[in-house]
Amino acid sequence: MIEFRGVTKRFPDGTVAVDALDLAVDAGKITVFVGPSGCGKTTSLRMINRMIDPSDGVISVDGRDIMSVDAADLRRGIGYVIQQAGLFPHRTILDNIATVPMLLGWDKAKARKRSAELMETVGLAPEMAKRYPAQLSGGQQQRVGVARALAADPPVLLMDEPFSAVDPVVRESLQEELLRLQSELGKTIVFVTHDIDEAVKLGDKVAVFRTGGVLAQYDAPGHLLSRPADNFVDGFVGRDRGYRGLGFLSSAELPLGELPTVTVGDPVPTGDDAAWTLVLDTDRQPQGWLQGSGAGPTVTAEHLVPGGSLYDVSSGSLRSALDAALSSPSGKGVAIDADGAYAGSISADDVLAALARVRSAEAAA
Amino acid sequence: MTWVLGNLPLIGDLTLEHLAFALPPVVLGLLLAIPLGWLANRTRVGRAIVINLAGLLYTVPSLALFVILPVVLGTGILDPLNVIVALTVYTLALLVRTVADALSAVPGMVIDSATAMGYRPVRRFLAVELPLSIPVVLAGVRVAAVSSISLVTVGSVIGFGGLGKMFTDGFQRDIPQEIIAGIVLVLVIALVVDGLLLLLGRALTPWTQVRAGANR
Repeated sequence: MIEFRGVTKRFPDGTVAVDALDLAVDAGKITVFVGPSGCGKTTSLRMINRMIDPSDGVISVDGRDIMSVDAADLRRGIGYVIQQAGLFPHRTILDNIATVPMLLGWDKAKARKRSAELMETVGLAPEMAKRYPAQLSGGQQQRVGVARALAADPPVLLMDEPFSAVDPVVRESLQEELLRLQSELGKTIVFVTHDIDEAVKLGDKVAVFRTGGVLAQYDAPGHLLSRPADNFVDGFVGRDRGYRGLGFLSSAELPLGELPTVTVGDPVPTGDDAAWTLVLDTDRQPQGWLQGSGAGPTVTAEHLVPGGSLYDVSSGSLRSALDAALSSPSGKGVAIDADGAYAGSISADDVLAALARVRSAEAAA
Repeated sequence: MTWVLGNLPLIGDLTLEHLAFALPPVVLGLLLAIPLGWLANRTRVGRAIVINLAGLLYTVPSLALFVILPVVLGTGILDPLNVIVALTVYTLALLVRTVADALSAVPGMVIDSATAMGYRPVRRFLAVELPLSIPVVLAGVRVAAVSSISLVTVGSVIGFGGLGKMFTDGFQRDIPQEIIAGIVLVLVIALVVDGLLLLLGRALTPWTQVRAGANR
């Protein structure tokens, strides 16, 4: 656990970057520091591994005051992932990852073996081992950055806007990857970002900082969206927070309805020309929609109306359920099970009714 | 040409002597320039002092330096040490600025991440900053080496050995082939040394040879 007690950072020119911060970061969880530029989030992060020393107050890691530890020794025990990776351009990928083990005096063979393992862990092909950072894409470099931080298996990982320099698609996959890694490794991660969506997606808890280095709210992401502490947090969390907040509400009690379905190869249903029929393949996976009696005598996978987003019952939230309902051309959302097979239908009204039930249950608790 | 063929052993000796005068100062000057360049890169004031002093040193005429040094060092007027010291001073003057510039061009983010990995300053300098400054420093070393090779000939005017002797001797005894051969040889060894340094630089910096984004 990392604890800030009355921590203040005043720079020589008089600016206060962090103002009397009290905060406890839970062990084994991802804690995100988020806020506009100049809010002291990065300064707070960099004080944990003494890249910046506090002017006042105490920071402890696992109950030990960090000022009582030699700075270089402390840093070797804390993984650090920097913006744009900060890899050593003159070292191969393998040697980059082996940096901290070599500093700790491991023998070369052991350090390299560990590096090779980590390349696999973060999803880098073995043939990249001998390449130099300049030969990798931004996303790959960032993976190397994560592997390098994990090399000596530190309990704590500091990540300073690690995904800010990669394009949105790559960023999303890196975020997914981080969550997957974290579910296996259970590190204590402090993650800095200016992107509230990233904060809400990754954080078990989110600390929102306001300009001047004051902690505005420290809460679970769902609470941040449903109950911002003040106007600043409300404004920072941004538009659509009601909708995004649905992402943190369980859809476990959402009732599923039935839909008219037809399988590819079956005869086209006859009857009402305005009726929507969901088309499934032989694995019962949704392919699209058919309106009315369609064109041919039998149903084919071609010429279907594309479906909306799918709602996965096993991992679903009210947000994905509502989106499935809203994006479906027929107005009925399609629910699927973990195997991707059709499981039922959802209507927007049902989602809103479920929301009301969850809210009243929360209010009662 | 007949003069050259008749005097091959002499030419060989003079060439070796020339290199023995020209190259050790380059190595010594570089070794001194690294800590001084590091110092210059530390603070703005330090940089101003070191760089200006180095610039001043470089303006002292070489002939004057060859003459003054025996007085300063207490050496004999024809002691080879005078040439070595004088050329070391020139190399140093040339390279201090190069080293300081090369070090300041190392990306701050890389140094920062090295610190955050747990490097202490001296090891970080040797393992990260110095290797990354090789390409720029090496360009300076090539200039210094060529300039050192040409400056050795000035020493010959006051009686030191080296290929410059072929200029003075050829002039006194009126043998134009000897003068021309001397000039050509100085040029050739300057080019060869420069080429070897270029190759050395490539061997030391494999990461600069790779094609960027090869895997994109």
